[in-house]
Amino acid sequence: MSFGAIKDIIDLCEKNEKNFYQIILEDDCKERDVTKEASQEKMTQLLDAMLLAAFSYDAELLSASKMVGGDGGRMEAFRHEQKGYCGDYIQEVMAHALQMGESNACMKRIVAAPTAGSCGVLPAVLVPLFHRQLIDQQEMVEAMYVAAGIGQVIASRAFIAGAAGGCQAEIGSASAMAAGALVYLKNGSAKQIGDAVAIALKGLLGLACDPVAGLVEVPCVKRNVVGALNALSSADMVLAGIKSAIPVDEVIDAMKDIGMKMDVSLKETGKGGLAATPTGKKLKDDLV
Amino acid sequence: MNIFDILGPVMVGPSSSHTAGAVRIGFVSRTLLGEKPVKARILLAGSFADTGKGHGTDKAIIAGLLGMDTDDINIPDVFDIAQKQNFKYEFGTIQLPQAHPNTAVINLWGKSGKELNIQASSLGGGRIMVDKIDGIDVNFTGEYPTLIVHNQDQPGHVAEVTSMLSHKSVNIANMQLNRDKKGGYAVMVLETDQPIPSEAISWLAHLEGIIKVTYYNPTEVK
Ligand code: SF4
Repeated sequence: MSFGAIKDIIDLCEKNEKNFYQIILEDDCKERDVTKEASQEKMTQLLDAMLLAAFSYDAELLSASKMVGGDGGRMEAFRHEQKGYCGDYIQEVMAHALQMGESNACMKRIVAAPTAGSCGVLPAVLVPLFHRQLIDQQEMVEAMYVAAGIGQVIASRAFIAGAAGGCQAEIGSASAMAAGALVYLKNGSAKQIGDAVAIALKGLLGLACDPVAGLVEVPCVKRNVVGALNALSSADMVLAGIKSAIPVDEVIDAMKDIGMKMDVSLKETGKGGLAATPTGKKLKDDLV
Repeated sequence: MNIFDILGPVMVGPSSSHTAGAVRIGFVSRTLLGEKPVKARILLAGSFADTGKGHGTDKAIIAGLLGMDTDDINIPDVFDIAQKQNFKYEFGTIQLPQAHPNTAVINLWGKSGKELNIQASSLGGGRIMVDKIDGIDVNFTGEYPTLIVHNQDQPGHVAEVTSMLSHKSVNIANMQLNRDKKGGYAVMVLETDQPIPSEAISWLAHLEGIIKVTYYNPTEVK
């Protein structure tokens, strides 16, 4: 039946004394009429595709427009110099977010999460944990169920496409999904997962979709970093005992409200915002 | 919408609408042609024409026409592959003010001379809509098994097709009937919940008054 509210998932978790992952898994089995094993196998295939994409980054590649490429390699090299402000894990997250965003722009194979433009956010926070053996394969899979369950509610209550609701709907949703997954991995309660989703989404409300020349490159690649770091800070706030003042489902509704009121020039048409700056226009003209 | 519409598809970037959807448009066109295509003329409209190059929309459509899926890592190299397979193509642009912003019109020629003209659009998230076939509105998504019947515009054909399907226990999910004013023929488009057996399709093709039958099955491996 799939869920229309995060609260419905939280209530089911509490009533049945099950965790967020179990509820989403059971729902998928019902929804698609498959066994738990079949559902998990499908998610594991996605995990494999995600890991393959993360580890097949090519720092030499440039996108067809030549606007993006190589930054993931730069960030990774800088991480090893240990000179920046952010710690090693955070810098690895940043490198992964850039790399996945660039791979997407360079026509490599990625896993949309929830969209291609925002495909770097979730793997950016998860892959370094896996890489450092802080979580195992089963935990990765469980975290992906949690993220997908959250995304499904956002998609049914609001939207997950930049063309429909601006970048808050893409990077915002991806960040909220990742935040919930991170809280889950630290054994946070379903209610805490909901709070992390709310806080992450609130932080990115109103974000416009204004890609230069209409291409999923500028600012998309770097916004994947923002989405990943916002997910981490939201998760940590919740784990510290901080709550969201506005309940999660109301936050999702607020995103919908803002997206509906957003001008069409800010919804993936490449006509407003950064795309309409003098440099943005020049970059576009240089393409043709 | 299930959770694998949220995580996934696994696809070659950069855009689910301009790349993955474009692959599917090519792939559905190839399937509807019913044989290996050897030549194509592709006209891009709207945002496909404006931003298609940067999104690899051109490569994506050719990849689909050559039978590749949305996650095929050979998509970036598809122009070379087309050349090796001696597949000829040309691109142009077209103005279609009434159409969805991401639309392509494709003329396709098969190896035994079959021809197809298709107009299709990419709706976002990799989903597509086939708008017209040979100039007639069809409006199907390619998410269900789809049967397209060109027949002479005379009574009885709807009954023939629907009774054949119920005889084969195939449930009709959605049906449309459109008439071509010039040719005096009609096009039936049926989306079904179950695949249609191939013998039923060839039986249909031989009935009197039926001009052409095309079948698209999304679950069939290419
Ligand atoms: S700016 Fe638009 S295209 Fe780019 S990531 Fe955000 S929503 Fe996607």
